[in-house]
Amino acid sequence: MKILVCISNVPDTTTKITFNSNNTEFNTSGVQFILNPYDELALARAIELTEGGKGSVTVVNVGLADTEPTIRKALAIGADDAIRINAAPANAYFVAQQIAKIAKEGQYELILTGRESIDYNGAQTGAMIAEIMDMPSISIIKKLTIDANTATVEREIEGGKEVITVDFPFLASVTEGVAEPKIPNMRGIMSARTKPLQVVEAIAVDTLSSISSFDLPAARSTVKLISTNESAKLIEALHSEAKVI
Amino acid sequence: MNVLVYIENITGKFKKSTYEVVSYAAAIAKQTGGTLTAVSIGNVDASTLAEIGKYGAIKILNVQQDALSSFVNQAYASIISQAAKSVDATVVVLSNTFTGKGLAPRVAVKLAAAYVDGALELPTITGNSFSVKRGAFSGKAFANVTLNSAIKVITLSPNAYQINDLGTTATIEDFNPSTGAHDFQTMVKEIIRASDKISLPDAELVVSGGRGLKGPENWGMIEELASLLGAATGCSKPVSDSGWRPHEEHVGQTGIAVAPNLYIAIGISGAIQHLAGVSASKVIVVINKDPEAPFFKVADYGIVGDAFEVVPQLIEAVKVLKAQA
Repeated sequence: MKILVCISNVPDTTTKITFNSNNTEFNTSGVQFILNPYDELALARAIELTEGGKGSVTVVNVGLADTEPTIRKALAIGADDAIRINAAPANAYFVAQQIAKIAKEGQYELILTGRESIDYNGAQTGAMIAEIMDMPSISIIKKLTIDANTATVEREIEGGKEVITVDFPFLASVTEGVAEPKIPNMRGIMSARTKPLQVVEAIAVDTLSSISSFDLPAARSTVKLISTNESAKLIEALHSEAKVI
Repeated sequence: MNVLVYIENITGKFKKSTYEVVSYAAAIAKQTGGTLTAVSIGNVDASTLAEIGKYGAIKILNVQQDALSSFVNQAYASIISQAAKSVDATVVVLSNTFTGKGLAPRVAVKLAAAYVDGALELPTITGNSFSVKRGAFSGKAFANVTLNSAIKVITLSPNAYQINDLGTTATIEDFNPSTGAHDFQTMVKEIIRASDKISLPDAELVVSGGRGLKGPENWGMIEELASLLGAATGCSKPVSDSGWRPHEEHVGQTGIAVAPNLYIAIGISGAIQHLAGVSASKVIVVINKDPEAPFFKVADYGIVGDAFEVVPQLIEAVKVLKAQA
């Protein structure tokens, strides 16, 4: 089976977020970038599904050359080859159009993405790729098993889950539970340097949306402390002062 | 501008998030001088559908087919975009639920629309352009997104917009979209729903526990407090990573981002990744025995103390409060 895993290069989860140019640009200075944690789960499951010569895993990223360390990380974890589409990711629709083109050419049976990227949290790209390619998509799955030509997935829903069957080819976005992240071993790290990383140019896409500015959350007022032996007063305050219970 | 809202049901009933999205969509219709139409897919009875009229929809398009009784992403997306075309809607609004997140991107592509997910406020409208505020960087910031295309698709964050009963009524029409076998390539085999649990992503109240609780065997008091308050239960990442609680309870940057009216964090120190997931909460309560825990810096109320001493007192106090009510 040929699997395509879409990966995103995002700020490390511990990053303190600040902005430049009058709050119109994310300030990347001093920021460590990582493989998006949800994409890491997608990659881990793809590797498990193809282990023992049962297929191949290609990772694809839309980004400029500075995303290559993250792509090499994915190769070190166990992807077989990589494609970088050489463009700054303008928005989800732009990224989806780029990846859909690659995916059509590569005839993948399964396309996996993370549920969302931890920078813009759109959760858009996956389902957009599937719509452009006219294939089924299942968003936010926590389990994926394969039996012959049919896959069974568990989709998260409010307060429970749906068990869904789907034939290949399809796209799924994954969340925690689908696999445990894999840590690259020394052999992986060594081989990542020589695995194929193809760079392709982007296609033109209309810009339907753009981020005009960012804001940081307003500072919260200082905490009102209540002493341990007066804990009951907290409930009183939540009821009559904050009026939330 | 004419607005279409998708009214998501769960086994024939509408949830709070559905009424919120109808109120939100009605406000956009009013802002732009258009009308609001709602589309329902699945088996919802007429009296439940009629309820939607109160919140400003003038017409409800009702799609009832056996094949659509459970969620089929492609078919639903096709129906919603057909409904949008049939009423000349240039704004399509959905809830930012698990289902909405799967549907809206497909609807947007079908309609060649700009799409913004997880809106927190009404759009600011300048001519044909919308600016919509949403969260970014997993709750650490907000982004103002400009939508420039003729058609716009918006999903609304749960618990972000007030339900407004306008006392209006809607007409209900059967709507017969065209769908083909191609739209039905996924099949729901089973739906497993914990009936006694409140769902976390759209909960109004959340009680969350961390490593300070020492082990899964101590979650009884968390569940008891949550159940008395009518709250969902959550946990920190180390707790779900250790298997003390299921992944779907993990609140934080790489788990569920919540936006409740009240978030009670018990025995959670407040790592930056966890704080990101709760920053949209209206009131935050922190109970931690370490006075230096970073969580206190973002809390509205705090108790510096041992959870095992404090939580039983809270449980008693809630019981007293409920007895008075």
